[in-house]
Amino acid sequence: MTGCVMLAAVNFHTMLFYLFAILACGFAIGVVLADNVVRMALYLVFSLGATAGLFFLAGAEFIGAMQLMIYVGGTLVLLVFGVMLTAQAPFVSIKTSTGDRVLAGVVAASLLALLLQAALSVDAWRRPGLGEVGPPAATPIGTALVGIRVDDPPGAPAAGVRSGYLLPFEIVSVHLLVVLVGAAYLARAKRRRTARAIEVAASVEPAAEPRLRSTGAGAASALAQGGVR
Amino acid sequence: MADFLINSVGLPPWLAWTVVAGVAAFLILNVIAGGALVFIWAERKIAARIQDRLGPTRTGGRFGWLQSLADGIKLLAKEDLMPEGADGLLFRLAPYVSFCASFCAFIALPFAFDFVGQRLNVGVFFVVAVLGLEVFGVILAGYASASKWSLFGAMREAAQVVSYEVPLGMCVVVPVMLAGTMDLVTIAEKQAGWATNWYLFHDPFTFVIFWVYVTCAVASVNRAPFDLAEAESELVAGFHTEYSGLRWSFFFMAEYGSMFLVSALAAVLFLGGWNGPVPVAKLLGLSAGTGDTAHYLVRLIGCGNLLLKATLGVLVMMWVRWTLPRLRIDQVMTTCLKYCTPIAAVMFAGAMIWQLFLPGGVVPGVSRPAGEIREGWLEGPGGAAERSVPPAVGGAVAQVRP
Amino acid sequence: MSGLGMYGSAFPSPVPILAMAGGDGVSVAHYLVVGAILFTAGIVCMAVKRNALGVLMGIELVLNGANVNFVAFASPYLRGQGAVALGIDGQVIALFVILLAAAEAAVALAITLNFYNNHATVDVDRADNLKG
Repeated sequence: MTGCVMLAAVNFHTMLFYLFAILACGFAIGVVLADNVVRMALYLVFSLGATAGLFFLAGAEFIGAMQLMIYVGGTLVLLVFGVMLTAQAPFVSIKTSTGDRVLAGVVAASLLALLLQAALSVDAWRRPGLGEVGPPAATPIGTALVGIRVDDPPGAPAAGVRSGYLLPFEIVSVHLLVVLVGAAYLARAKRRRTARAIEVAASVEPAAEPRLRSTGAGAASALAQGGVR
Repeated sequence: MADFLINSVGLPPWLAWTVVAGVAAFLILNVIAGGALVFIWAERKIAARIQDRLGPTRTGGRFGWLQSLADGIKLLAKEDLMPEGADGLLFRLAPYVSFCASFCAFIALPFAFDFVGQRLNVGVFFVVAVLGLEVFGVILAGYASASKWSLFGAMREAAQVVSYEVPLGMCVVVPVMLAGTMDLVTIAEKQAGWATNWYLFHDPFTFVIFWVYVTCAVASVNRAPFDLAEAESELVAGFHTEYSGLRWSFFFMAEYGSMFLVSALAAVLFLGGWNGPVPVAKLLGLSAGTGDTAHYLVRLIGCGNLLLKATLGVLVMMWVRWTLPRLRIDQVMTTCLKYCTPIAAVMFAGAMIWQLFLPGGVVPGVSRPAGEIREGWLEGPGGAAERSVPPAVGGAVAQVRP
Repeated sequence: MSGLGMYGSAFPSPVPILAMAGGDGVSVAHYLVVGAILFTAGIVCMAVKRNALGVLMGIELVLNGANVNFVAFASPYLRGQGAVALGIDGQVIALFVILLAAAEAAVALAITLNFYNNHATVDVDRADNLKG
């Protein structure tokens, strides 16, 4: 009975794998072929989301959730934000010339052939997975990041003391801080003291102040909203 | 249930699993859609009472409780308009993206110990992550509408959601730290017993951080006073200005679904999940071991508890919406970056230190110590690493497989 | 149990969809093929897109393709007979890749916005101020 249930599980695993794999690859190719930058961003979102599904299927739930949260929910929102800031009519679709496309197609085909050759060349990688379910990985990842290893790679004899990831973790933390400061510096509002900017600033600021003070506006809008909903 | 179908009905396993998945999806869909109907009616009544009106009174009897159904029929009958300059594909897709994100987050949300679509080892993380994806629907809607009001709304939404994910994540991490796991089921189970075991009352820091969580949750689902994305006094209707009919109602259902979801998440993380303030089931002698009927009875009571708590949360959100005036966008950002994030960080550190020195909770005799590292990975007070994987862990993961 | 036995005798494998889906279980190589396609798509995207943000998206795809490989090698579930899985090493590296991708996107986006502010375009072919 258990064997049959497992078989069914494997079946669903395979089906879902093909579903997510086709989605991921299809939308990745969509990113390449699309000209409209907003559609590219959308396809990228779907592609990375499907990849998160692949991670879940491979048993890496923590990485999958991380991918959804940081990659799709953070990085790509940022990217779409950038797209919108720069999405003015002439830049939404910048066409690639046909010559470039053909050249890129040839290069892509040869690169893909090389990668596929490499991927399929090792016999051990092509054997179907045994379907062995490992322990949940969130805790060992967490302890590994603070330098304590509580795991051994599946299939290998116990390797004894293995190094943790405390130093890379610290480096990445500092790196993120540096990036935070750097990005804030790069994207800061330039204080150009042109006559126009001063004029705009002078006209905007006093106007904003009274609206903050008037509490009546909130109640009025609430009343108006009551009519809508 | 799958076992029942396979053993008693005799379905082949793949069909049984499909049926089970379909039933689960159907139930969750009903929670969202039915919940939206009830909440829309409740919102109208609450808004009316707060503004000293009556609200809907005629449709379906004295209290107008069929009003939202009538609204739904009206929305179905409405013409679906699309602006001429709109990006057709994205315009049509956007509401469904929003709705799917809201719907998918329910997969990992437990309604009672066994009543969970898919128990995930990283449940909290998954729910927060998927909930964050709802913003894509809003952004797409704003862009595809080819209207400047929509675009403004979408930009505000993007900035707001990305910012508020930081303090929200920090608030969510505190119960995770106390429970020692990201599994929502385990987190709720650890708060079993009297209300003093709830993480809300675990220590002063968790009490404060709960209110930070409430603020961030309201902001992350775009409710007033943080509903800048649809600020109708400035942006007509924000990102859904150009939407009408069924597509608009999908946005609406997504919004109510997310409200319910963050309330339920608050209930699981801070308010004991499906454990009531008084352990009724335990006092009556009903525990999981006493047989199938009692087992399901306990689960049903728990499910009712959780639904009640989540509904209360949604009602509080409505109360807040009709009481507080809307903030300006810079005030929204200030609230997030200058207040919520530092407070959450300090409370996180405080809860950590409290956990280190006073692991017994506020009332040492009543509360249970929480926070040993789960899953048997580390044992001993010094955190000495020991390789011991209890078989139960493997069993828990086996459920993760679809 | 009896019902299952019936089905079990009718079909050698109780799951006909399995055969339809194309063969036995998923192996590491399946994931590697997906990773290769994502990687190639990313490279092409970086090469042919003239929109700076399109180039950025290509980079994300490349990193993601690499991540698929790491996760596949890490997975005990996909490990074939006699092979060794990376275990959490692969997952930790994938985690670092995600974090660095976020950092990289933040800086690249800041650079792009600066470029846009200075040149009023996001066409990378126009960034030729240093051309001799």
